[in-house]
Amino acid sequence: MLSFIVRRLLQTIPIILAVALLIFVMFSVIPGTFASSMGDDGRGMLDAQVMERMNKEFGLADPVYVRFGKYIAQLAQLDLGMSFRTRQPVSSVLADRMWPTLQLSFAAMMFSIVIGVPLGFIAALRPGSIIDTVSMVGAVSGLSVPKFWLGLLMMYFFALQLGWLPSFGYGDGGLRYLTLPAVALGVAPLALLARTTRAAVLEIMNADFVRTARSKGMSEWRVVQWHLARNALVIVLTTIGLQFGTVIGQAVVIEKLFAWPGLGSLLVDSVTLRDIPVVQGAILLIVMFFLLVNTLVDVLCAIIDPRIKYT
Amino acid sequence: MKIRANLLIGGVLFATVILAGILAPLLAHTDPVMDANLMFAEEPPGGEFWFGTDAQGRDIYSRVLYGARISLTVGIVSQLINTVIGVCLGLSAGYWGGWWDDFVNGLTNLMLAIPSLIFALAIMAILTPGLTSLLIALGLTNWSFTCRLARASALSLKSQGYVQAAKVLGYGDIRIMLTQLLPNMLGPIIVIGTLGMGGAVLAEASLSFLGLGIRPPFPSWGSMLSDARDQITTAPWISVFPGLAIFMTVLGLNLLGDGLRDILDPQSRTRRA
Amino acid sequence: MSQKPLLEVENLRIDLSIGDTKFPAVQDVSFTIGRGETLGLVGESGCGKSITALALIGLLRHPLSIGGGIIRFDGREIQSLSPAQMRQLRGDRISMIFQEPMTALNPLSPVGRQIAEMFVLHKGASWRDAERQAVEALASVRVPAPERRVKDYPHQLSGGMRQRVMIAIALACSPDLLLADEPTTALDVTVQAEILDLIRDLCAERGTAVLMISHDLGLIANMCRRVGVMYAGRIVEERAAEDVFRAPSHPYTSGLVASLPLLGARARQGRHRLMEIAGVVPPVAAFPAGCRFHPRCRASTEICVAADPEVTLLPNGGSVRCHHHE
Repeated sequence: MLSFIVRRLLQTIPIILAVALLIFVMFSVIPGTFASSMGDDGRGMLDAQVMERMNKEFGLADPVYVRFGKYIAQLAQLDLGMSFRTRQPVSSVLADRMWPTLQLSFAAMMFSIVIGVPLGFIAALRPGSIIDTVSMVGAVSGLSVPKFWLGLLMMYFFALQLGWLPSFGYGDGGLRYLTLPAVALGVAPLALLARTTRAAVLEIMNADFVRTARSKGMSEWRVVQWHLARNALVIVLTTIGLQFGTVIGQAVVIEKLFAWPGLGSLLVDSVTLRDIPVVQGAILLIVMFFLLVNTLVDVLCAIIDPRIKYT
Repeated sequence: MKIRANLLIGGVLFATVILAGILAPLLAHTDPVMDANLMFAEEPPGGEFWFGTDAQGRDIYSRVLYGARISLTVGIVSQLINTVIGVCLGLSAGYWGGWWDDFVNGLTNLMLAIPSLIFALAIMAILTPGLTSLLIALGLTNWSFTCRLARASALSLKSQGYVQAAKVLGYGDIRIMLTQLLPNMLGPIIVIGTLGMGGAVLAEASLSFLGLGIRPPFPSWGSMLSDARDQITTAPWISVFPGLAIFMTVLGLNLLGDGLRDILDPQSRTRRA
Repeated sequence: MSQKPLLEVENLRIDLSIGDTKFPAVQDVSFTIGRGETLGLVGESGCGKSITALALIGLLRHPLSIGGGIIRFDGREIQSLSPAQMRQLRGDRISMIFQEPMTALNPLSPVGRQIAEMFVLHKGASWRDAERQAVEALASVRVPAPERRVKDYPHQLSGGMRQRVMIAIALACSPDLLLADEPTTALDVTVQAEILDLIRDLCAERGTAVLMISHDLGLIANMCRRVGVMYAGRIVEERAAEDVFRAPSHPYTSGLVASLPLLGARARQGRHRLMEIAGVVPPVAAFPAGCRFHPRCRASTEICVAADPEVTLLPNGGSVRCHHHE
């Protein structure tokens, strides 16, 4: 078991390296460096001497492959370089911003799982019923609504009109501040989970082994309890894992809207300012987190499903 | 019956958006970019301004109409790019196998590891904001599902008798792929493409909302919402209509995709869209 | 043993609903099975054998439903039973073995537990007791090292072993009636005979009656005293097994008999071409008027197209549904 987990974790390393290379190459072809972009920003032209000094300070004068070699070497020591803007180590900048993003993503996923999975289940047990129709219409709407618009509307009603919740910001990081952004972020995965759960349950309902279970004289509730729930769980878990990636990606927009001090808003700000080491670091961290969650999901699936071999 | 409801509502919504985009110059009351008039800033909906006006006094109704052009262009073109990339890579990988297949597989896994909005954002970071950059950023980042599908279909189809027969007849590889394999996987690919178009419209809105897509003053629904956020306390209606437009467009595409799936790809209900 | 037969089926009709239209997938099917008796149902796929069995155990699901007729089990009409009463019957007194041992068992549950469920459901056993009885049940279907096998998952077992597990489940509560729907079709030929012997022996031990369903007339004749031949939703001939072979009455039965490879005396007389019946079973929605077999029948005449043949009793027992029976 442990060796299975370790092996699955090791398998993510080539992907992480490939992502690092991809991101690195992408940002190496940027026309203009940070120094020249500072000049563009209208804060007054930096003279050539200053630019040269900055390029040297951040090692930007070397050829690309030398820089990538250095970057990877540093990466191995968990050194992600230095922020162009604040001159702090990127790792400490990221460390400050990581927790709020994890908090937000987990809250959004919990919200979507707690509501979406039971909803899909109930819908599948009563196909064609009112609850099925309503929840599936709701689900396709949930998948279609732009989440920052939904967030904006919720901000208007629940914060500005009704005054129940704070309209933006991290505050003390408590539930009051977390609720609106997490709900806005969680609506799409909720909709998708409801649909996936429903489809999975409906498919398993028609499986031969469910017919066998019925032929044993089980009540429908027993069939669900003993034979359906676990089998549907494998499919649902996989979807949850994939949705985590989407949620962390989409968190960018929600963080920006609610002024949530996470990786997403850091990423957007750093992209606008071309603070490339931070951009690279943030993307790498997001990818690593996503891969970690999916490895976890794979392990859980392997525990539930004996057909998955520990290889 | 349900199939028809999906297709009908989805089709009507999508057709409405297309018509709005095409007929924007006829339907609009004012020029969406130039006709700013601070005299009429933040007028509520009604009377002359059906959807109200924004902080610069521009008619939101006209801007929403023109916004359809941007959303549709981005949605359709970027999804076409994705589909072409996905089909080319997946089809050839499944058909040829070998190192090329390994390579494409690795590339797909790489793409799946980076959340697509983050990837698009990174690409936008190295390009100058604008329509072309958006098409590139969104067209390069969402082909992995199409690719996987095309690869799986090619793998299962290539051992079929008629494909083998075409080989024996001396057809070239490219010809076999295009005439024997592609037509047989078109259904699911169209479904993924339709649903992906909705995703692209949402992604464009998100990027523009973040200020990394279409820049103001051009009327993208996403950037309109970005402006609207600042006026949410004084003029909430500015937020309503652009968001509603995005919602209707994406809902139309999703319903259309679901309806098409029921017809073209009935076996794949659990496959992720 | 009581005089009343265990199972009486009278004029059973099973409807297939397509939209608002109902098509009779099974019609006018009548038969009886006595206690401990074996009846075979034979016919090509799509002729209604399996859904007849599913109707008996109350497992028809939309778009199929019982459209008429009476099923009487042990003197009680099962259509009049409440769902809860039907559940008590199912598994305990009527049980079923399915064709595909690969998919008929839950892949995520150890086989021992899947057997143990029977004792928990019907005998009120605790899980601990039930698991112990599951080992015995596995031993009774001649699975070696049953105390280890109970922990195995279905994918770890061979097809034959899985079917033994299915048999252990079906016979766990010593039911009065076993419905065996093509129990050996998905198995290797070498395993088939073992499984059939097992079913025959265990059912004989327990006095369990068997409804054996197969497309293989040879297998049915081997296992069953009496045979019903089904075609397009109807029983076209019902006879003692040896009579069916010796002198088939219905042209369809003759076709089935002629399509069997022959062993023994007749085979030695020279090379016989295996006969086959031309054509396929029509789909339910397109059953032909008149005798349903007439489009494929060599002996068909005008009356076969015009009129539906009635059931004729044969002089030496049995019945046939044909205008031109021999």
